[in-house]
Amino acid sequence: MNTHKTPLPVDLPDADALCVELAELIRPCLQPETVLVGIHSGGVWVAQRLHALLALPSELGLIDVSFYRDDYGARGLHAKVRPSSIPFDVEGRRLILVDDVLYTGRTTRAAINELFDYGRPERIQLAVLADRGNRQLPICADFCPWRIDLAPSFELVLSAADSGRLQWSVDEHA
Amino acid sequence: MRNPQLSANGELTHLLSIEGLPREVLTQILDTASSFLKVSHRDVKKVPLLRGKSVFNVFFENSTRTRTTFEIAAKRLSADVINLDVTRSSTAKGETLLDTVDNLVAMHADMFVVRHASSGAPHLIADHLRRLGRDDVHVVNAGDGRHAHPTQGLLDMYTIRHYKHEFSNLVVAIVGDILHSRVARSDIHALTTLGAAEVRAVGPQTLLPTAIGKMGVRVCHDLASGIRDCDVVIMLRLQNERMNGALLPSAREYFRCYGLTPAVLALARPNAIVMHPGPMNRGVEIDSDVADGPQAVILPQVTFGIAVRMAVMGILAGN
Repeated sequence: MNTHKTPLPVDLPDADALCVELAELIRPCLQPETVLVGIHSGGVWVAQRLHALLALPSELGLIDVSFYRDDYGARGLHAKVRPSSIPFDVEGRRLILVDDVLYTGRTTRAAINELFDYGRPERIQLAVLADRGNRQLPICADFCPWRIDLAPSFELVLSAADSGRLQWSVDEHA
Repeated sequence: MRNPQLSANGELTHLLSIEGLPREVLTQILDTASSFLKVSHRDVKKVPLLRGKSVFNVFFENSTRTRTTFEIAAKRLSADVINLDVTRSSTAKGETLLDTVDNLVAMHADMFVVRHASSGAPHLIADHLRRLGRDDVHVVNAGDGRHAHPTQGLLDMYTIRHYKHEFSNLVVAIVGDILHSRVARSDIHALTTLGAAEVRAVGPQTLLPTAIGKMGVRVCHDLASGIRDCDVVIMLRLQNERMNGALLPSAREYFRCYGLTPAVLALARPNAIVMHPGPMNRGVEIDSDVADGPQAVILPQVTFGIAVRMAVMGILAGN
């Protein structure tokens, strides 16, 4: 697939500043037993930021949804599957699932399915850095600091620089 | 000529042998296996990846451990598993190998896990499927004759990587009946592809293939010099039936010369690991004090084998 960078009609916001905004949206809803679960890979970066900003005592959960994706039959197994790590008991816990971009909702669906194979959580909420619209499933974010309508030909990508700084970019599929 | 295991765009469609597979493919399988190993530690040890797929275990030769671990792996991927003891049914009635395959394809098989006493049988099936235009049906070699046992080779590599982290500085000794061993061949191909510093083939002259040196290994007929300063010792099973021929005088004689005892193992590096593909013959190729000792990783090999087979099936069925 050919991709090239293209300027957007709007300026892309500062991703690190969005993390701070997202943390402030979550803060009032935190319970002592709330834990964060980041979805590989962008969601893990965001979850790590939130974990530090909110000074959460519990360990962070990391999840790779490759084994639960609904497009496995068409696209096969991702070449770089990372181990999921849920270092706490999911049973009865309040979880906040963290991803970088909410788009079709399919990744969220896969992540929820995987979490239920670890136990029955009391509640799962969804925190995302950006909601770009075009949902294909009845899923919405509980916490989201930035909403933007992007046509399906655009891909909104979060990347982490060596310095750890997060940055948005947009690819256009030809 | 294209590697018959790879599709036109380099994706793994069958696993027939480790020979000729690129390092990236081996590494992808090992990396994916470590994710599946985590799944095996959960309460719900299943993922939905192969839901609705039918995996046929077609064993033309006896095997309990390999067939069982393939069955567990397929079930943990949510596949439907059908075990066929073909030696007692169709083949005994005179059906040819490819007729058996055609019948199973007509039953909508998605994957064949094949063990056969004849080298090349899984390759023959893969070739047949290609001629039928059925690239969506995958073949995994679960051991063919003296040729290859690629999933055993991969689980051995997973075990070595787990304990030693990387291959570049490792000295690995493979000890015993290399002549009849498909495991040894798969291990040698995997170790050389992954860049092990030195691979030694250790055994009596009668149990080493004459051209073994051409596989890039150092040949040692003396156990002590073969084990000295190595990081990994892979012991092979001495098959009892070899005792009857002219290859070996007796089991006791073999143990005296090539049995791995604590005294011999002391010649290896202090943190060396001892592996064995099973089933073990205690007191023939390995002393019980070694098999049950702190350096043995023989049972972890079995656990890792399930994760590795899940990775192989998960990657194949998606390609």
